[in-house]
Amino acid sequence: MATAPNAAAPAALDWSPRALLRRIRGGDEIAHLITLLAAASLLLITALLVYQLWIHSAEARQKFGWGFFVTSKWDPVAGDFGALTFIYGTLVTSVVALLLAVPLGVGAAIFLAELAPPKLSSYLTFVSDLLAAVPSVIYGLLGVFLLVPLMRTEIQPALKKGLGFLPFFQGPAYGIGFLTAGIVLAVMVVPFVLSVSREVLLAVPRDQREAALALGATKWESTWRVVVPAARIGIFGSVFLALARALGETMAVTMVIGNNPKIAASLFSPGYSIAAVLANEFSEATGNLYLSALIELGLVLFLLTFILNGLARLLILVTTSRGSGVLPT
Amino acid sequence: MRLLKAFAVLSALLAVAAMAIAEGAPVLLNAAGATFPFPIYSKWFDQYHQLHPGVQINYQSIGSGGGIRQLLDKTVDFGASDGPMSDDQLKQASVPILHFPTVLGAALPSYNLPGVKEELNFTPEALAGIFLGKVTKWNDPALSSANPGVKLPGDDIVVVHRSDGSGTTYIWTDYLSKVSSEWQQKVGKATSVNWPVGLGGKGNEGVSALIQQTPDSIGYIELIYAVQNHLPYGKVKNSSSVFVKADLASVSAAAAAAAKFMPDDFRVSITNPEGKAAYPIASFTWLLIPSKFSDAGKRDVVKDFLKWMMTDGQQFCEPLAYAKLPKDVVTKEMKAISQIQ
Amino acid sequence: MSLRLIWRKSLNAVMLSLTGLCALITVSALFFILGYLVWNGGKDLSWNFFTRLPAPVGEVGGGMANAILGSMKLLLLAALFGVPVGLLGGVYLAEFGGRTVPFLVRYTADLLNGAPSIVIGIFAYTIVVIPMHHFSTVAGGFALGIMVIPTVIRNTESFLRGVPSSLREGSFALGANRWRMIATVVVPAASRGILTGVLLALARVAGETAPLLFTAFGNRFWSPGWMQPTASLPVVIYTYATGPYEDWHEQAWAAGLVLLGLVLVTNIVVRAFLSRGISFERT
Repeated sequence: MATAPNAAAPAALDWSPRALLRRIRGGDEIAHLITLLAAASLLLITALLVYQLWIHSAEARQKFGWGFFVTSKWDPVAGDFGALTFIYGTLVTSVVALLLAVPLGVGAAIFLAELAPPKLSSYLTFVSDLLAAVPSVIYGLLGVFLLVPLMRTEIQPALKKGLGFLPFFQGPAYGIGFLTAGIVLAVMVVPFVLSVSREVLLAVPRDQREAALALGATKWESTWRVVVPAARIGIFGSVFLALARALGETMAVTMVIGNNPKIAASLFSPGYSIAAVLANEFSEATGNLYLSALIELGLVLFLLTFILNGLARLLILVTTSRGSGVLPT
Repeated sequence: MRLLKAFAVLSALLAVAAMAIAEGAPVLLNAAGATFPFPIYSKWFDQYHQLHPGVQINYQSIGSGGGIRQLLDKTVDFGASDGPMSDDQLKQASVPILHFPTVLGAALPSYNLPGVKEELNFTPEALAGIFLGKVTKWNDPALSSANPGVKLPGDDIVVVHRSDGSGTTYIWTDYLSKVSSEWQQKVGKATSVNWPVGLGGKGNEGVSALIQQTPDSIGYIELIYAVQNHLPYGKVKNSSSVFVKADLASVSAAAAAAAKFMPDDFRVSITNPEGKAAYPIASFTWLLIPSKFSDAGKRDVVKDFLKWMMTDGQQFCEPLAYAKLPKDVVTKEMKAISQIQ
Repeated sequence: MSLRLIWRKSLNAVMLSLTGLCALITVSALFFILGYLVWNGGKDLSWNFFTRLPAPVGEVGGGMANAILGSMKLLLLAALFGVPVGLLGGVYLAEFGGRTVPFLVRYTADLLNGAPSIVIGIFAYTIVVIPMHHFSTVAGGFALGIMVIPTVIRNTESFLRGVPSSLREGSFALGANRWRMIATVVVPAASRGILTGVLLALARVAGETAPLLFTAFGNRFWSPGWMQPTASLPVVIYTYATGPYEDWHEQAWAAGLVLLGLVLVTNIVVRAFLSRGISFERT
């Protein structure tokens, strides 16, 4: 007995006109075509997107070439543009976000996968998924009115006092800046780290844990030295996923980053990210070169998230398919 | 399936409702541009809609740079800017663009110094130095010499500027270029410049918000934003060495000379003018109107609005701290309206 | 007990409590956000807020009626653009596909899903707004629709695959051809799951701001029909939150509460609904 859904397909196709007509009237060919077109339209849209970005950034690409990526000038008056400050800002805020979100997310995932009873674990994961559904502009709202004053009056001065010898925590405390944007981003990407890490941890076969415990390991040792390393590739995948999300975040970042294209070692300094400059300057870039430079930035951002997401999916797939067969989302 | 049916019915109802709301507005115009005059424009368009319920003029305050861009892209019916369009920009337009001055306003240095109750005086050198990043502390001699007797803190100055393409920036940098050759060389004047220092806020709204929330900050905003949000602002030394505060009288004085020598295309700069009572950083703000409209209905509305704006509309200016247009300018503009076809 | 054992046991206790703390922090973030919004936004929800248009700048008493309707219209368009394409595409992947095309489509769906929403907004600007010479609700709906498609495709495929083959074979045994089987047996069987996916995708795009900045733009009045710019909740929240007026701030909090409330309620209802009623597990 055939069990695959494709079992009913005929062995050989009859292309004679009468049979053809019968098949078409039967509707399967048309259905196949229509659904294929629908699926292909996704490919078409993505290809069109990349094409548009490519075409409209042509002027900037031709003028600046590869130098675009190493210039930190952004001068609309002189027509001199460079991506370095935005790439820097995007990377710094994302790195800060990951430094905060990964330990938190992985720690919580360990708790949910290894320690918590199944019901509690799924309830808490549910709550974490809801956190992931909160719109970006809400985070921005809370960032501007809650976090920024807090940073300016309490947290930044405290950091300056305690860790002010490090170049990261020097300079005036505005409240807005790289650090604040990084913190907001951290809260936004923690749910991704948590849910994917939890899944890959659960996918590690039970016998691994039991073998460690049988050898006398404590629960923590079995988790940290056996389970986590087995799932480590998938956890990296979750980090890449979180990074891809953080890179593209627009609203929450532009509301708290300071919108000043500067490269500075201090995390208290205001800065700019690619997504934020697009939000602020796109609808008003007068002059084709200006617009073209902005679109080139958009292209860079798109390609970056493209690559990172691809890598992330690959890593997660490798880990979970090796495990108990739980397919990734 | 029942849910899907319910969803479909609900959507159909919504669609009908949406169409029904369409019944009330046969002429719809979209405009975008300067944040500088947004308070008066939003009042005007709201008033005009109440007088003519069949007309809706939707003005979005996205900055003068945005107004010019969207006008050139033809995604809006007209634009607004406090920095006049340059010759290059005018060349890019498919039909000639006419500038119509609407009100007079002022860009002023607003600051947030919790410990200082007195009104501060700013010299052109101090302002240029602050925005160039050379004057970094509030008790710098450039500031203390102009404010004897005021206890200025030794804190760092937090500069706030525009992050978007702005006519207010144009006015401010136009003034700084006139009074500081270093500024002219290093930065120049435009709607969007390469700022040496500072935080960026979007629109006059964003800069006002940043000043409001950041102690030790200073930024440039339009007069009404300082007034409506109770932000302190300083006096500026004008070309006759008098410290003048921005208000209706000083702004009108700044425009007085320009009114007589207004060029035909109305593009004029009135920063740093002659006159003892003149405020040095004042400016006209313009509506950018295409000289040809393909839609006759829209054209008639625009012409009627302009006439209304220059006559009845001017009564709303002063309560919102904008100075009215000088009579000579109004006369000239009325004639220019006939150029819109 | 040896010293080493005591050390190992205490480390065990400490680290495990730390992970519990991590979980607690993460979870309480949501309750904190919700609580803060209820506290700050709840007091400004008023009849005015829901029924009136924005007041001239600086005056109080305005509302967000046009933004609320605008968001609803945009969601409707996003559903109209994205759901049929996503649904049919998912059917293709689950029922008709071979090896290469489905692999490409799935990969592209995941990648488009992760793309920054502002880039999608720019794309919609170049494709819809510029040729039309108009900002419009349609352009905004198009941008949001693009974001809906990948989620719906993957979700539809997933639930269709979960339908047991016994149902398909029974249908074939009764003489149905392929498309009839899909339309009348498989899709209805998976319909609940598909619907939940659609609702979740819509809840996600309801909160998107960046793609609307250059497409739907904004409108201080009602936006009649579909071809005019329109106000939307997320964009108005952004505009008001970054402005200086106290009245604007209050409205932004209230709107934030409304938006978050709608998104969370949809998510909770859909996810709880999913875990209770669905008889086909995603394998």
